[in-house]
Amino acid sequence: MMEAFGLYNYWIVIFLMMSGFYVVIARGNLVKKLVGLNIFQASVFVLYISMGKVAGGTAPIIAEGIETYSNPLPHVLILTAIVVGVATTALGLSLVVRINEEYGTVEEEELADKDPAE
Amino acid sequence: MIASVHFPVLQIVLPLLLAPVCVLLRGARLAWFTALTASWAAFGIAVALLLDVLAGGPISYAVGGWNAPWGIELRVDAANAFVLTIVAGIGAVVMIFARESVEHEIGNARAYLFYATYLLCLAGLLGVTITGDAFNLFVFLEISSLSSYVLISLGKDRRALYAAYQYLILGTIGATFYLIGVGLLYQVTGTLNMLDLAQRLEGQEGLRGVRVAFAFLTVGISLKLALFPLHFWLPNAYAYAPSAVTGFMAATATKVSIYVLLRVFFTIFGVEFSFGQMPLGEILMFLAVAAMFAASTVAIFQNNIKRMLAYSSVAQIGYIVLGIGMASVTGVQAGVLHLFNHALIKGGLFLAMGCIVYRIGSTHIDDLAGLGKRMPWTAAAFVAGGLGLIGIPLTAGFISKWYLVLAALEKGWWWIAVLILLSSLLAVVYVWKVVEQMYLKPAGEGAGRTEAPLGLLVPTWILIIASIWFGIDTRLSAGAALEAAKTLLGAG
Amino acid sequence: MGGDLIGVSMLWAMLIPAGGALVISQLGRWPNLRETVTLVTAGALFVDVMWIADLFSRNGGGGLTLWEIFPGLGLTFTVEPLGLIFALIASGLWIVTSIYAIGYMRAHREVNQTRFYVCFAIALSSAMGVAFAGNMLTLFIFYEVLTLSTYPLVTHAGDDKAKAGGRTYLGILLFTSIVFLLTAVVWTWAVAGTLDFTAGGVLDGKASPGVAAALLVLYVFGVGKAAVMPFHRWLPAAMVAPAPVSALLHAVAVVKAGVFTVLKVAVYIFGIDFLAGVASGRWLMYIAAATVLIASLVAMRQDNLKRRLAYSTISQLSYIVLAAMLATPLAVVGGAMHIAMHAFGKITLFFCAGAIDVALHKKNISDMGGIGRAMPFTMGAFLIASLSIIGLPPLGGLWSKWYIALGALQADEVAMVAVLMISSLLNVAYLLPIPVRAFFGKPANGEAITGLKEAPLPSVLAICFSALGCAFLFFFPEPLYRLAQAILAN
Repeated sequence: MMEAFGLYNYWIVIFLMMSGFYVVIARGNLVKKLVGLNIFQASVFVLYISMGKVAGGTAPIIAEGIETYSNPLPHVLILTAIVVGVATTALGLSLVVRINEEYGTVEEEELADKDPAE
Repeated sequence: MIASVHFPVLQIVLPLLLAPVCVLLRGARLAWFTALTASWAAFGIAVALLLDVLAGGPISYAVGGWNAPWGIELRVDAANAFVLTIVAGIGAVVMIFARESVEHEIGNARAYLFYATYLLCLAGLLGVTITGDAFNLFVFLEISSLSSYVLISLGKDRRALYAAYQYLILGTIGATFYLIGVGLLYQVTGTLNMLDLAQRLEGQEGLRGVRVAFAFLTVGISLKLALFPLHFWLPNAYAYAPSAVTGFMAATATKVSIYVLLRVFFTIFGVEFSFGQMPLGEILMFLAVAAMFAASTVAIFQNNIKRMLAYSSVAQIGYIVLGIGMASVTGVQAGVLHLFNHALIKGGLFLAMGCIVYRIGSTHIDDLAGLGKRMPWTAAAFVAGGLGLIGIPLTAGFISKWYLVLAALEKGWWWIAVLILLSSLLAVVYVWKVVEQMYLKPAGEGAGRTEAPLGLLVPTWILIIASIWFGIDTRLSAGAALEAAKTLLGAG
Repeated sequence: MGGDLIGVSMLWAMLIPAGGALVISQLGRWPNLRETVTLVTAGALFVDVMWIADLFSRNGGGGLTLWEIFPGLGLTFTVEPLGLIFALIASGLWIVTSIYAIGYMRAHREVNQTRFYVCFAIALSSAMGVAFAGNMLTLFIFYEVLTLSTYPLVTHAGDDKAKAGGRTYLGILLFTSIVFLLTAVVWTWAVAGTLDFTAGGVLDGKASPGVAAALLVLYVFGVGKAAVMPFHRWLPAAMVAPAPVSALLHAVAVVKAGVFTVLKVAVYIFGIDFLAGVASGRWLMYIAAATVLIASLVAMRQDNLKRRLAYSTISQLSYIVLAAMLATPLAVVGGAMHIAMHAFGKITLFFCAGAIDVALHKKNISDMGGIGRAMPFTMGAFLIASLSIIGLPPLGGLWSKWYIALGALQADEVAMVAVLMISSLLNVAYLLPIPVRAFFGKPANGEAITGLKEAPLPSVLAICFSALGCAFLFFFPEPLYRLAQAILAN
């Protein structure tokens, strides 16, 4: 029990991941889908950042009296991933704007009816 | 010579840096010329690398002088040199096609943005292929994906926007899954370099983290490569994207994802783990066969020919994955070979559709009546590509099919061999539907002979002739595929 | 040196018609020139094949590998007697057909005549490829090219009927060849490690009895062009094509390519000694026998002349399949000879059917009462060819049936001899009523037939020539027989 509790960061990751994923799948509103996607991605960021933590470690700056440092590499990696995530969101939102201009709606069900079937 | 030492990094940097140059130049012609130079230079570099690797073994390049496993390593071996050549080659040929096609479908005012994005996409795909670092791969994957969402959304039809959006959602989920997998692997091993990963994973197969990572990676990449039933983004994206984009993407984007799959299965995890301890072979085989039949059947009922070809792509990806799933040298060789052959065939077919869009303005089957008379060269190119898709002898498709059937028989899976051939008959049905329309149905009133301009016909025929050439002379294609297969299986 | 020369001349056998096709395609505006080129090409091809035959008889066989498609497996051509028979027949009759076609196509005012002549030449080129193929892969490649190049000929008319016919044609031929034949070819390659046509076969000692049995089934059904039931429907469907196509391609080049492949597989892939012990051979023989009889019965019920002839062809083709499955030397000789004998007989019959259509616009047998008075030459030739198909002296068809029957006795298959006899009777029943009605019957609908009304002169000449060929082969079967015997000698 205690062990499962001690891994609380993973529980947070899984919770965020599943709720984000659920929003992406279940919501018909294109903007909400993007929000879900962001939550989903954020869970991965948390996963990376928390894995870099070394118990009792501090920031990797050489200073007197400090022996253990946390691993900085996952943090750096996730900086890149955040940039990618921001770019994705920006692009997604601009697509939604264009869709709204063309169709006049951002609801998935309404979009499906607006184009003739082929 | 100094330059040739830096070929691996130039392979990516050249298109990457010339992309903003396109934006600065603004003029449609100038931007096109820049992009053309960049893509052909990339192709030249890729060919040089392939020859180097076939002659002298793998090349390793430490980016910025930081050695692996700490720095990012670019690593070229027989497998990815081959894929690099395909991607860069298709990118170069499609670039010739792009000038008139883009002028017609997107307009010269915004053309420079198209060329910049195209180069970014090319750089991303080449980067995915050449890198030896699992996280770096993710970054390049996202560069190529983000630019391809933009490229798709440029389509004339407003449905292109929604198709791009759907692709963005599913593509991001796929990439994020990949990221999770890489994260878990890093947690277990503390490294991101692929070869290093492979070494450190040895003996760790029992760990749950490794197995979960494997599952995440497999699903994530399968989404990107549109493995049935994770292919929903693909048909609309291909159907509504601009012609040049469809031709480029169909021949490269999914192929690069398949290459990533190969790397993960064979280089990182190794054959023993992927196919021995995990039931991957059976799963892939089942999904591949389902793709071959289901997607081909759906293709038969499509009236939009671009979408029909897109479904056909899903089916053809099935063949490639089937070969990979056999996990034997002949099987992987067949898969890699089909990756190459299908890139040529499908690229050629989509470019032919681009010629049709240029003149007829539609990809609906009813509008193709009498095309054999109106656009004889385009129609002939479509027929030649279609025959390749079916796998008629003297086309590249036949060669892949031959190796695939041979691989199945070597394993004693004769029923798979029969299924492969049976499913190729479905291709006969959907290809012939178009052929009948083009040759046996008279064109409407007042439809004269309006062949596409040479600027479109020449690149189309380059790919079609290549697809026939590699159906006759297979030393290069089958030979390189064999080397690739040996490298992948040997390294595991 | 002799080998090199023969190799090059084989290459020419494919290049001449292919080059001809190229030239013809550029001559659409000058019909006379176009048809002259067709004739010259056909003549040149025949001379070339004769030359190959001459070289072969003097220096023995020879081969040529153009390049390797797969490691150790390339595009290879070799001369051997069976292929020579097929090549001689196809190229010789092409000349006759070209002459016939000139009259027919013009009188019929066909559209797209240039495409017609181009595809015809390509079909002949691939038929030569089939004839001289040195291994199963090469044969398979040209077999498929033959299918595709004849598709535009079948759908020549371009209407819905032609489209439907084309679908059946392509559907069955591609289905059988891709699913069965290609599997068999790859499987043979996987088992035997070679696909070369080798005297005595390549499978003996390498394929287990079960595999050999399965392979044989795949081969026989895979060669859809041999039209063994139940994969025969493409042949009647192909009858929507113009008469010269039905005559040369669907009585000679295409269908004979099919049975030729079956014989070739029997002799050079299995080897007849090994084949005799393959379990499925006997069942396939029964299926062939059933095809012989059922197709004849179906033929009797067809009123459309071309369809009746098509079913007759199906029946006659299975003679050769049956001969191959008997797997005795005499049966193989008979089968090889039947390729030639049936070719002359059936091409004449199709020529006649086309001539009747052109001259009198009649397609159905029930309308053909009394037409013998209008078309004495045509119907006379029809009678001669019918007798040859039935196998009566003094016509060539006798010899091949004779040897197949002897082969059946050699294999102790008396039942098969009975099948051959019954089939001959059925042939009488469905072929002879046509000339009888033409000469002695009354015109349908009371229309009066006055005076001579033959097809155009080139067509009549071609008809007379091929009919005389049937008689010629009765009196001089020697060269053919010797070639057929040589199949098993080397």
